[in-house]
Order: sequence, then C-alpha cells, then structure tokens
Amino acid sequence: MVPELGQFALILSFCLCVLLGTLPLIGAGTGNQLWISLARPLTAGVFVFLSLCLLILGYSFVTDDFSVQFVAQHSNSLLPIQYKITAVWGGHEGSFLFWTWMLALWMLAVSLFSKAMPDDFVARVLGIMGLIGAGYTLFMIATSNPFDRVLPLSPADGADLNSALQDIGFIIHPPSLYMGYVGFSVVFAFAIAALLSGRLDSAWARWSRPWANAAWAILTIGIALGSWWAYYELGWGGWWAWDPVENPPMINWLLGTALIHSLAVTEKRGVFKSWTVLLAIMAFASSLLGTFITRSGLLTSVHAFASDPTRGVYILGFLGLVIGGSLLLFALRAPLMKSEFGFASVSREVFLLANNIILVVASAAILLGTLYPMVYQAVSGGELISVGPPYFNTIFVPLMSILVIFLVLGAISRWKKTSVAYLKQQLRNVAIASVVLGLILPLALTLEFNVGASIATALGLWIVLGIVQDIRLKIANKPSVLAGLRSLAVAYIGMQIAHFGFAVILMGAALTSIYSIEKSVLLSPGQGVDLGHYHFQFDGTEHLSGPNFEAERATFQVLRDGEFVRELHPEKRVYVASMSPSTEMAIDAGFTRDLFITLGEERESGAWSMSIYIKPLVRWVWLGSIIMALGAIVAVLDKRYRRLKVKTLAQAAAEPEATPGVSGGQTVTG
Amino acid sequence: MKPHRRKKLTIIAFIATGLSVAIGLSLYALSNSIDLFFTPTQVAAGEVMNGQRVRVGGMVKEGSVMRSEESLHVEFVATDYAHDVLIRYDGILPDLFREGQGVVVEGTVANGVFEASRVLAKHDENYMSVEVKAALDAAERSMSVPETEGGANGS
Repeated sequence: MVPELGQFALILSFCLCVLLGTLPLIGAGTGNQLWISLARPLTAGVFVFLSLCLLILGYSFVTDDFSVQFVAQHSNSLLPIQYKITAVWGGHEGSFLFWTWMLALWMLAVSLFSKAMPDDFVARVLGIMGLIGAGYTLFMIATSNPFDRVLPLSPADGADLNSALQDIGFIIHPPSLYMGYVGFSVVFAFAIAALLSGRLDSAWARWSRPWANAAWAILTIGIALGSWWAYYELGWGGWWAWDPVENPPMINWLLGTALIHSLAVTEKRGVFKSWTVLLAIMAFASSLLGTFITRSGLLTSVHAFASDPTRGVYILGFLGLVIGGSLLLFALRAPLMKSEFGFASVSREVFLLANNIILVVASAAILLGTLYPMVYQAVSGGELISVGPPYFNTIFVPLMSILVIFLVLGAISRWKKTSVAYLKQQLRNVAIASVVLGLILPLALTLEFNVGASIATALGLWIVLGIVQDIRLKIANKPSVLAGLRSLAVAYIGMQIAHFGFAVILMGAALTSIYSIEKSVLLSPGQGVDLGHYHFQFDGTEHLSGPNFEAERATFQVLRDGEFVRELHPEKRVYVASMSPSTEMAIDAGFTRDLFITLGEERESGAWSMSIYIKPLVRWVWLGSIIMALGAIVAVLDKRYRRLKVKTLAQAAAEPEATPGVSGGQTVTG
Repeated sequence: MKPHRRKKLTIIAFIATGLSVAIGLSLYALSNSIDLFFTPTQVAAGEVMNGQRVRVGGMVKEGSVMRSEESLHVEFVATDYAHDVLIRYDGILPDLFREGQGVVVEGTVANGVFEASRVLAKHDENYMSVEVKAALDAAERSMSVPETEGGANGS
C-alpha cells in the first residue's frame, strides 16, 4: 500500500510541475497577477510531494519491503541501516528521484530567497524549473519508476547494495554532486527567464550570481568527494582517471567556472551578455548530457550501473528539446543582447574573456575525448576503441597552465582599461619570485631537477604571490593592515580565497603525479619491503566478521628510517549476500604525503600480493577544492546580493549600478 | 579601420588562434592515445601488429588461471568460445576478476601471447561490458553452429 502512495505522490508532483511550468509563465507573459502569484505555492507543492516520494522510498528500504523491485535490487536485510537509507540513490531509479527532489529543493530555495526580485521574474524562473521538473518526473513515471513492484512472487531477500558503494563516500558524494549539478538548472532558468522577459541587464546578472556561485561551490565539493572516494575505495592509488562518467561533471565544472566569471563581467560592465546566456545554456545542457551518458549504457565504466537504451532515447529527446528550444529563443532574442565593446584591448574584460575561451575549449576537448569512442563506433560500423588518460592530460595540462597565467593578470588588472606598464610594474617582482622559487624549491626538497615540478611550483606561486600583491595594492592607502583588510569587499575576499584554493589544487595535482612512487610485491608473513624512506613490515592476516561481510585483515608495521610510524590494516572483504569481494585500503593520511596499502589476493603458500604507494601532497587536491568552494560561498554572502525589493524589471534596470564608477561603458539595450 | 572594429577583429583573431591550437593539440593527442579493441578471434588470426597497444575482451576460461608462487606473475586464457588468447600479467588482479567472468585487458601482443599492462573486470556481476559482449557476439556470428552456449553464459 505504502509504495502505491509514493507512486501517487510522484504522479501528483508531475501534475504540479506541469501547472508550474505553464500558468506562472503565461501569467508573466500577459501580466496576470493571480497566475504570477501561483508560482511560489506550486513550488512548495512540488517540493512537498517529491519529498513524500523520497520518504516513502526510504521507508520501503528501512522496512525491507522487497516487493518493491528497486529495494529488492539494491538492499538486503543484513545491510546496515545507514546504507539502507542511502541505497535510495544506489541505483538508477532512486538516484533519479533523488536528483529530481534536489531540483525541487533548489526551486524552493529560489522561491524563498528571491525577495529582492520582482514577482514576474521569479514566476518565470520557477516556471522554467517547473518545466524541467515535469520532464524529469515524466521520465521516472514512463521509464524508471522506483515504486515498481515484483508481485505476486516477491523475493524473500534483496540482492544487496553493490559492495563498492557500502562506504561513507557513497553517503556524501552523490548528494553533493547532484546538488551542484542540478544547481546549474537555476542559472539556466534565470537566463531563459531573462530571455523571455527580454530584459538582459546587469540586474539579471546580479540576481544570478549568488546562485551560480552556490551551485559551483557545491559541484566543486561533489567532484572532490568523488575523487577522494575513488582514491581510497577503488584501490588503484589514483584520484582522477578521466573515466567517461567522471568527465561530464568536469565539463560542467569548467563551463560553470567560465559562467561565474562571465556573469561577473555582465554584472559589472554590462557586456558579454549573449556569451553569458550561452554559457548558462551550455552548462545546463552538459549536466543533462552527463545524465544521458551515465544512463544510456553507451559507455562502459564503473559508474554504469543499470543502463537501458529506452532511457537513453528519452534523455536524448529531452536534451534535444531543451537545447533546441533554448537556442531558438536565444536566436530570437539576439538583437536584444547587443553590447558594445566598451573596453580596451588590455583590460580585465579581455583577460576574463581569454580565460573563458580556455575553459570552454578545455571542456570541448574533454567532451570530444569522451564521445569519440561512441562516434567512432557508429561511424566505423561497430569497431570499438577507447581514449585513454594520456589524451586528456596532453590537452588539459597545457591549457590549465595558460589559464593560470591569465588568472593573475585578470585579477590584478582593472575594468575597461589597464596599461601594460602598470601590469609590468605590479607583476614583475611576482613573476621573478615565482620563477626563481619554482626552480629552487623542488630542487632543494628532492635534490633532483624536474621540469614539470618546477613549472607547477612556479605557476602555483604565481597565483599565491599575485594574490598577496593585489591585496597589498588594495590596502596600501589604509591606516593599518587590519583596517585595510576590513575595507575589502566580501565578494573580493571570496574570489581571492577561491583563487588560492585553485593554486593549492594545481600544485597538489601536479606534484603528486610527478613524485608518487608505488611497488607491487608478493609478501609472506614476516617479510617486508622498502619504498622511498619507508619500510613496510607484513605481519600476516587474521579473520574478521563484519555485520554483512567476512574479511581477512592484514597488519603492517610502517617504519621511516628505522623509526616506527604506525600500524596499517588493509582488508579483503567478501560481502555475504552478493558474494562480491571488496578491497579496503589502509591509508596513513598526511599533509605532506599519504601511505597507501592495498591487498591483492592470497596465494596457496600463504603469501599475499599487494601494492604499496607513497603519494606526496595528494591531500592538497581535496584541500584546495574545499578552499575553492569556501571562496565561492564567501562571495555568495556579500551583502550586495541582498538588496531591497524592486517591484518591476524596469525599476531594476533603472537602479544605479553597485559600482557606479565603472559603469560608464555600459550601453543601454532593447 | 574603426577602433571598435579593430578590437572586434583582435578578439576574433584571438579566439581563432586559441581554437586552432586547441584543435591541433586535441587531434595530436587523440592520435597517440587511442586503444583499438580486438576480439580473441582477431588476435588468433594475427590481426594485431607486434608491439601495437590494444585492448582485448573475453571471458576468463575456467581452470586457466595460473598464479606464480614466487612473484606477482599471473597467466590466464581469455576466450570468446571460438578462439583463445594466452594473457600474461605482472600485477594485482581486480576484485571482480574470476574464472568464467568477463575481462578486458590492455597491452601488447608478441608471438601470439598477450602481455597485459592493465586488467579490468567490471563492477557488477550481472552486467557485462560492451567490449566483452561485442567479442562474444562476433564469435557467435562467425560460428555456423546454431548451438550457442557462449551466448547463454553471457546473459
């Protein structure tokens, strides 16, 4: 009975989404205040019923209702309670419901935190999101209903959750990734609403910015969590594999990064409007494409659970409709988006444009590498190929290096016009210091020269020293350093924090790739192996019984230059219900290096095969991501975004700019 | 030329340069890092050049896995039920590597023996990778006998 209620709630959510996607939009178009005012209550309704769906599915998991097919496939009576709850997103149907619920959550957030925006604009934004929601809920009802039953012969027990998913990473990675992914539909809805209303002005950009930053911050955390999880769960010692399913979030992240910078230019200077709108459409489309790639089964990867061609066709159709529709609207409204080039050839605008281009090119290159095997298969009549990490690294690494150079130039130069002499004066010492230190530091620490390490260190320092120089410049005229720091705009501080985080990721990623060492060996109990400065002593294994698994637990003594560091206990588990084996890594995490042991298999002699890794600075990748996301969140908190309500768009456009001094080059549109 | 036109032109030139560099880089990188996929039948027919990096997919033949007791060396046979390929590997096999299950190996062929640099087994046991399935289907098609034990095994 209860699952049927869920089914009913799902259908109701669909109906409410359709209402939300029509009435408020029509109301905003015709000026019908009543219909406009329906947007917020309808949004609340969608949220309530989708939450009900999610709760009911969770209830079915917790009560072991194996007559529900999705529960039977992804749970087991022995599964620990936290995984029963999170198994809701452990398969296709449930994770799509979760995804749609996230959309409803964002919609609710927009309806609650939009007091500063005119009602007709909010109605349009929520209406667009309602249409997206209608597409998602229809998709669930038609092709992937999480409430489908196995009746009358329901299984006595479930098939269990994939053993690789029974982990803390699985509890936190999908929610944050989905939340970030879906967040870009907010920015998309803002862009489409602006196109519909025909008023693409700086007010629109100012309203979009906090949402874009928030979505971007959460996506950053989601990707970082995925990388961290893959690192300690999949056991090959890597943190990024350019897996076909890892790539779409990365594409989305790169486009999102371009978008938040382009939005800044549109808000402050009123230019790049069409480009910003296009980026918003592309970022949203890339999130749909990611869904398509994951769900269609066209690509094989560790993520490709439960794939079905009809789903692929549906998503592809939806994708075509969304992209086609938005681009058509974009083309129709193009005359409204004219903006003059109110800036010189050396200015912050130009550097940001350069960064935008690099980011878009990088995402296009990743897309090419991801889709190439599919296209090749279609064109060659079924021949299979795969594109490996070397392709992605060859393209991504040089592009990011160029990006870093422009990053500092863009941050330190001024809007509208900057003289080359000024840039030289400000950055000459920064450049010299970063190159010199970049050459010296890796050499001094490792006593070996490595070109890659020097370049990475120099680029990282270029960002960090560039930030220091920029802040010094900003507070030079203030009475004290503290007073100077207080006078800085919150959004500016957020930007510098995010840039600092990027420098940390850059150095971490590059240096860990260069300096990591590994060794695969066969060891009998009592034997040991040396790697780097460390000695790993294998003391044998013991048997261990978990709640739903049996395990062999190994003990290692780790010594550094003869001194005892700590004991490590990697495990080899077999999950009882599915009989699937799983390797639990042992990791000694540290700021400067990780020690990492993964067990292979036992030989007849009692010896174990195993891999041992030393990975310097690998934590910096995730630490930097956190700092970067934190920067974006700080920027969202800037008071500037929460101003008094304006009744209409016309008023919003007439309102003076946040920084009147630089708005001279703005042209009036429409 | 008017100043704003010149700016526009500068920006367009800038974009064009960036794009062509990117396309050049992409194509260069693609040409160097594509791994072609072969079936055991194709390998047995000698279609793979010596030293060429390829992927081979098939099922791990029952009873074919030989593990060395002194080192990490492992040998096994990957089959599409029409032809077999001997695979040699020095390293740790993935958790889901099992006899009678699908496997994809990456590496080079020398004198009919495959030296694997990477062995991939899939995460879900009910799910077979596209590559393995393609290999089995191809073998099935080429065999004129309608008896298709391999196909039933692979479902």
